[in-house]
Amino acid sequence: MTDTPAPSVVTSQPITQKPFNWLPFMPWIYTVALFLIWEGVVRISGLPHTILPAPSRVFEAIIQYWPAIQRHSIQTLYTTSLGFVLAVVGGLALGLLIGWSRTIYAGLYPIMVGFNAIPKVALVPILVIWFGIGTVPAVLTAFLIAFFPIVVNVATGLATIEPETEDVLRALGAKKMDIMLKVGIPRSMPYFFGSLKVAITLAFVGSVISETVAANSGLGFMMSSAQSQFNVPLVFAGLVMLAIEGILMYALMAWIEKRTTGWAHRSTTMAG
Amino acid sequence: MMSRALVEIDNVDMRYGGLDGTLAVSGLDMKVERGEFAAVVGPSGCGKSTLMKLVTGLHIPQTGVVTVAGTHVTKPVSIVGMAFQNPTMLPWRTTLDNILLPLEIVERHRHRLRRHKAEYVAKAEALLETVGLKGFGSKFPWQLSGGMQQRANLCRALIHEPELLMLDEPFGALDAFTREELWQVIRDLHASQDVTIVLVTHDLREAAFLADTIHVMSARPGRVLNVHRVPFARPRELELMYEPAFNEMVQKLREEIADARAVA
Repeated sequence: MTDTPAPSVVTSQPITQKPFNWLPFMPWIYTVALFLIWEGVVRISGLPHTILPAPSRVFEAIIQYWPAIQRHSIQTLYTTSLGFVLAVVGGLALGLLIGWSRTIYAGLYPIMVGFNAIPKVALVPILVIWFGIGTVPAVLTAFLIAFFPIVVNVATGLATIEPETEDVLRALGAKKMDIMLKVGIPRSMPYFFGSLKVAITLAFVGSVISETVAANSGLGFMMSSAQSQFNVPLVFAGLVMLAIEGILMYALMAWIEKRTTGWAHRSTTMAG
Repeated sequence: MMSRALVEIDNVDMRYGGLDGTLAVSGLDMKVERGEFAAVVGPSGCGKSTLMKLVTGLHIPQTGVVTVAGTHVTKPVSIVGMAFQNPTMLPWRTTLDNILLPLEIVERHRHRLRRHKAEYVAKAEALLETVGLKGFGSKFPWQLSGGMQQRANLCRALIHEPELLMLDEPFGALDAFTREELWQVIRDLHASQDVTIVLVTHDLREAAFLADTIHVMSARPGRVLNVHRVPFARPRELELMYEPAFNEMVQKLREEIADARAVA
């Protein structure tokens, strides 16, 4: 083995054309594909539209019932957003409180976990007794269900301050308040904004549950009425509208997260 | 008679976690003169970090007295700057803003910071230049290498002009070449600024290269077994570490620590 092969000369090919970037289009391509497969399955199997309507039939229903769908969609978006905003305010406040003090944390955490384990649908009847049917129970259910992830995330951000950072600041004479303002709160912001994405989708679950059980407007109400009339395409139209609202709100939260806490996403080499 | 010592630890016991907790240090005596560079070495778990916290006032000992700059330590002393192995730069602040952080805390600076911002920024930039980070102030810490972060960390520890700088293995996580560079940075800082330094380290060569005195600690519960005066003249160059006298000193320290471990 004396003659080693001569090192191959890498000829750099001139880049004439940049390959087309498909990535931004992928969500659309996959969504269209999903609908096409759905349409195909329904057509081939010949399922009646009272069991599984084809997407074409669902879109037909959306156009046919548009004024009603629009009204109910706006109602659901309204109750969800209101409940979500309450959850953000309340969750942030309680999260800061819990993260602030070990004593409060120890006392409140088990209660919170227990509360979170209760199915929120079981609370709707109580809310109806208190506030009657309609907007208020929907807002409150959205609030109750979206609240927990925000609290936990904010408290986690505060509770995981590096001990060295705390030592450095305390040795300089920093009070608890200084450490919270300079380190704790900025540090918990990525956790907080990350939790908004989870919370907004949960808020939709809460408001729709409440609307289904006890309301006379909103997508949940619309779907349950359509279901009682066997108008299955309209039920699916409601689901599609919910999915669209959910995606839009999620995208908004993701955008806010990126804008506010870019520093937490830019690098993986933060430790070191 | 006024003592020249900046740090005086007198027969200190420090126990964690109640009456039957671990005794971290026992009968600890130590004295560091103003302007001195002291290194503390010892087997792992000998209470070096406890020593850090005692001197900075983060822990108050159960028995014995810690005196810093003539005052009995009963609460955190803000004339101290600290740096740890983990640089703990805040990732949402630029390097410059990280360095200015102590000024937002320390009582005598926090109220004048806003009005005298330019003056403080100039000081931070001068410090950055001393450690070889000129022009990096606007970068975020995660855009810097580990060695650069540690340099910035030193600037942060020094910005409020502490009389005492406490370093807890600041170079432990760095590669050998970066570590040697930072030894020179620290050596020059000590030479140019009016600061007393206490360096806690595992690295005996580091201790012998940098320090005026080396305090050897025993295994837990920690106390100071022996104090060595490092005879090498300043300014010291890295070549010093290849001289027989230097190696002899390191050898001697190593044996002492091996003995301390064996006793444990």
